[in-house]
Amino acid sequence: MSATAVITEATQAAWPVPLSQARTVARLHSVTKRYGQTTALDKFSLELRAGEVVALLGPNGAGKTTAVRLLLGLISPNSGSVRVLGRDPRDADARTRIGAMLQVSRVPEMLRVREHIDLFRSYYPNPLPAAEVIRIAKLEGIADQMFGKLSGGQKQRVLFGLAVCGNPDLVFLDEPTVGLDIESRRALWDEIRALSAAGKTVLLTTHYLEEADMLAHRIVVINKGRLLCEGTPAEIKHRVSGRRIRCITQLDPEFLASLPSVAEVQLDREAVVILAEHPEQVVREMLLRDETLHGLEVSAAALEDAFLALTSDSPETNA
Amino acid sequence: MATNAIAVSAPRPLSLGYYARIFRKETHYEFVKMLRTKAFSLSVLGFPVMFYLLFGSSNRHNMFARYLMPSYSCMGVVSACLFGIGMGIAMERAQGWLEVKQASPMPRFAYLTAKMISCAAFALVIVAALLTLGITLGGVTLTAGEALKLAGVVLAGSVPFTAMGLLVALLVPANAAPGVINLIYLPMSFASGFWMPVQYLPHWLKVLTPALPTYHLAQLALHIFGYSQGGSMLTHWEALAGFTLLMLGAAWIIFTRSEAKA
Repeated sequence: MSATAVITEATQAAWPVPLSQARTVARLHSVTKRYGQTTALDKFSLELRAGEVVALLGPNGAGKTTAVRLLLGLISPNSGSVRVLGRDPRDADARTRIGAMLQVSRVPEMLRVREHIDLFRSYYPNPLPAAEVIRIAKLEGIADQMFGKLSGGQKQRVLFGLAVCGNPDLVFLDEPTVGLDIESRRALWDEIRALSAAGKTVLLTTHYLEEADMLAHRIVVINKGRLLCEGTPAEIKHRVSGRRIRCITQLDPEFLASLPSVAEVQLDREAVVILAEHPEQVVREMLLRDETLHGLEVSAAALEDAFLALTSDSPETNA
Repeated sequence: MATNAIAVSAPRPLSLGYYARIFRKETHYEFVKMLRTKAFSLSVLGFPVMFYLLFGSSNRHNMFARYLMPSYSCMGVVSACLFGIGMGIAMERAQGWLEVKQASPMPRFAYLTAKMISCAAFALVIVAALLTLGITLGGVTLTAGEALKLAGVVLAGSVPFTAMGLLVALLVPANAAPGVINLIYLPMSFASGFWMPVQYLPHWLKVLTPALPTYHLAQLALHIFGYSQGGSMLTHWEALAGFTLLMLGAAWIIFTRSEAKA
């Protein structure tokens, strides 16, 4: 019981301290990781401070999973250092205070949900009660089912339950909502918010900007193994706040590119796609100059566009 | 500073009870999982029983009814370990489940031990089934001492073949594992006297036989019932011990190499 008390004390003590000054619980320092010819991470640094939720945001193959696996001690870096809870993550002791939800293609299907939880609880010295895990991961009603019989969303919830059943201080969630429908995704978001409210430190990887925005105190954008930028969701969104304008027009692309706030102009079959910070001005100008303009769509910039904007803004950013 | 106090507070040393509980639960659920996986449990339990019904009971009251009890028991433990451990670990590794376990505080030793004990338990069920069939359908008489000794040899046999299963799991991709294990296990069973006494094997095969771990296991089991080739049993124990060390050593080298590469 004493360990539980210590954890509560830690979170309470950490709260009044601004997150930027809270103690570092995990750190990748200038880490390079290569798999054969490909460099998964290139001099990448990341710090997690007590009580914060950090989203590692990037497209597939950006190096997000590699970062998580390094922090879990599943792999070791080619160069650079990894410290978790003041220790080398390969040190098994540290794991009793860590929970992880990894991307798994299959989980043993012939065990019931309740049995999986019972087994994982036994790995931790001070686990949450099984009933509590079932409540947190919203597994009521499916606890006695075989894992193999569950739907995709239910399976993810079980994996989430296994990640939190040891009452860890530090939780790694590797693409927790990938492949989920909107409803399951939102349900999992609520669960991640509850972790944050309980003062846990969470590292979440995702390729949805929206998800990072909804959950994280801090977003770290990564692509091709390199840090692109990091900041609060507001800071990041400010940098990728462009809109995407798509329409069929006779106007010259070069002229379009010269309009105020236009970041990029691309041709897409018969249409033109414009990325602009202030789409209202651009559209107003275009409509005035081209009466034949039709098929107009204005949408939020996709993450791919956001990455383009981020990289083209300033090649060597460090917020 | 409260925060510093937390950073310094080392985790309490974990008690013996904590480890005992992990081992108990890991083994329990491993066994339940294997039992519920029909593809595994039906074939591993079914084949020795079916073979005995075909070849043991039809040789009622002659030496084969008696001979096939220990020899099929050996077949049972070898197949349980190679399929349960070789295929089991290969699949869990390929699916990413092993990584989830490695990321948890589960002691790695518990994972392998639980699988080994579960496979040994399957082997004991096979021994019990074969002895029952032998006594009832095969007309065999045997003493309690013989039955217990056979169970002991089969239990000991689970160690070298767990080691072999582990090596297979590390070397062979999961989708190829069933095929590769059958290619190892069936010829070895044939050449080691699991199906018929080695003296009836072709001469060229008899030369190879002493190189097989299955042969030494079979000799130990057959010796209990008076069917061994003769000679010192110690040699067979030594051969199995050596084979275990060889397999574990090779597995260890491959594992550390892949760790270094990972």
